[in-house]
Amino acid sequence: MAAVDTSVDTHASVDTLRRRAILRHRLARVGVYLAAIAAALICAGPFLWSLITAFKQSPDLYQRDNNPFLYNLPSTRMHVRYLFQETAFLTFLWNTLWVGLLVVAITLVLSLPAAYALARLDRPWSGPVAIAIFFVYLVPPTLLFLSLSRLVVAVGLQDNTWSLVLIYPTITIPVSVWLLVGFLKGIPKDIEEQAMVDGYSRLGAFVRAVVPLVFPGIVAVIVFTFTLTASEFIYALAFVAPTAEKVISTGVPTELVRGDVFFWQSLQAATVLVAFPIAFVFNLFLDRFIAGFTMGAVKG
Amino acid sequence: MVQTTAAKPDTEVAARNGGGRRDRRRLADREGFLAWAMLLPSIVYIALLVGLPLLLAVAFSFSDVTAGDPSFDWNGLANYRQIFDDPVFWQSLRNTIIFTAGSMVLIVVFGKVLANILVADFHGKWIVRFLVLLPWTTPVALSAIAWLWMLDSIFSPIDWMLREVGLINGNMYWLGRPNLALLSVIAVHAWRLIPLAAVIMMAGLVAIPNDIKEQAEVDGGGYWRRMFEITIPLMMPLIAVAALFGAIVTFTDMTVVYVLTRGGPTNSTQVLASWAFFRGIEGGDIAQGAAVALFLFPLLLAAAVLILRAVRRMEVM
Repeated sequence: MAAVDTSVDTHASVDTLRRRAILRHRLARVGVYLAAIAAALICAGPFLWSLITAFKQSPDLYQRDNNPFLYNLPSTRMHVRYLFQETAFLTFLWNTLWVGLLVVAITLVLSLPAAYALARLDRPWSGPVAIAIFFVYLVPPTLLFLSLSRLVVAVGLQDNTWSLVLIYPTITIPVSVWLLVGFLKGIPKDIEEQAMVDGYSRLGAFVRAVVPLVFPGIVAVIVFTFTLTASEFIYALAFVAPTAEKVISTGVPTELVRGDVFFWQSLQAATVLVAFPIAFVFNLFLDRFIAGFTMGAVKG
Repeated sequence: MVQTTAAKPDTEVAARNGGGRRDRRRLADREGFLAWAMLLPSIVYIALLVGLPLLLAVAFSFSDVTAGDPSFDWNGLANYRQIFDDPVFWQSLRNTIIFTAGSMVLIVVFGKVLANILVADFHGKWIVRFLVLLPWTTPVALSAIAWLWMLDSIFSPIDWMLREVGLINGNMYWLGRPNLALLSVIAVHAWRLIPLAAVIMMAGLVAIPNDIKEQAEVDGGGYWRRMFEITIPLMMPLIAVAALFGAIVTFTDMTVVYVLTRGGPTNSTQVLASWAFFRGIEGGDIAQGAAVALFLFPLLLAAAVLILRAVRRMEVM
């Protein structure tokens, strides 16, 4: 249709049209780049400020009229060293790591079979159960932390990092089931049928044929689950008070602030040290999360 | 009811397989049994550690349980009466609603803008995507710490820039003045959730069939017209999902308030979640904290139902 229009037009107007189109295209490109840079600066702004802060000397930092974005005095690694040597930062990191790994393991062991049951073993109740699990996903820690804190006391895990290993799967299992149902539905049914023809039981087909194929989804769930546990704050704050048992999300904001004294450079160093690696890993899997979420939503 | 419906397909399967020798089929092949066996562990875990605490929270709100005296005594509606008489409760409820509504609007508008940027093609996209995702992937407590420093009463770099431009002389005291503190908390919530909303909406943008976009372009629809008459209506369910997710997260979050203002100045940024925490954990009055937190429940339920409806509409699409 467009071709018919231009053939009727005179040569000159085609030229101006083309020039205008090129101009508009260039402007659009410039606009895209400007918008992208603005978005990146707004989103990452606080972290860039943290990064600069982490290496500043105190006399430079605590001088209101110094340009905050420049090193008016030479930069220093003193406060990063302080973070590692004089605070329990490494303990917090270690606690976050092992709690996260255990929670990931528990979550996978429980949610993978559950997701398979919901995605594949067509039971009349799988629809309602999937919806129920989605509702559980929306029940927030703020609603449960008070009664859970009593439960944690009742099982003798108060002020113990193990309480988080026990409680965190309640946050991660519903999300993982939701994500995994999406990934499982993306796998053709023929795969298991073939495996069963080859002599595997239904369970055998799941373990030998389906699990390897859904592996990319499993990796996505691992990353997502780990990030969720590392970010959790309310349970960690309510259940665990001793320094040695704290995790990153509660340890940094509570232990690096003594009364009114904020160890700003060390605090910001901790923030950057945690934020950048997580975002980096997350980025590698972003497309998979999008795929998993939409499949879970559209086909679930 | 569940048992009968679960049992029926089993017999069907058995019949289809010809009975006889197959009657003693291994448990690992019986779908009805297998489905339950695979699902049950998750369900038990969640029932014990989500269902039970939820009931317990309701029970606590009618009791006099405190951290010092955890014995359960019936207290009737006393907790609720006391809460209703407390002006801080009404302030918290009001703030919760303001925060949620305010950040929801920002999340939808800027989430859509960000989604459009992220699906565009440009060089260095990887680094932009990395920087843009930071607010969402960083543990909230830590990004709140970064903001606490960003909004520092004396050394805030925002204040420095405003001073350089000549807009202010002294400091803004972002977290020290009630209205500014309110705005700051809303901004931090929105900032944190916009990337998540953008990622959800990206899924919608990518899912729009190319021939629809091309047809619209051939038909001569301009950029804005195409956006408002084709893209946005087609994405509506996902926009709704993003908005409601954002609302739920803002609504139930206490971390931002806890780190930035601790509810201050004078409770002007107190929300239900943080108030429940201060009452229940720091004040030790578990019964009253539980009663405060329960007010989150009806609104949550409404949001959940709305999300499900939006998802259903997506299936039709």
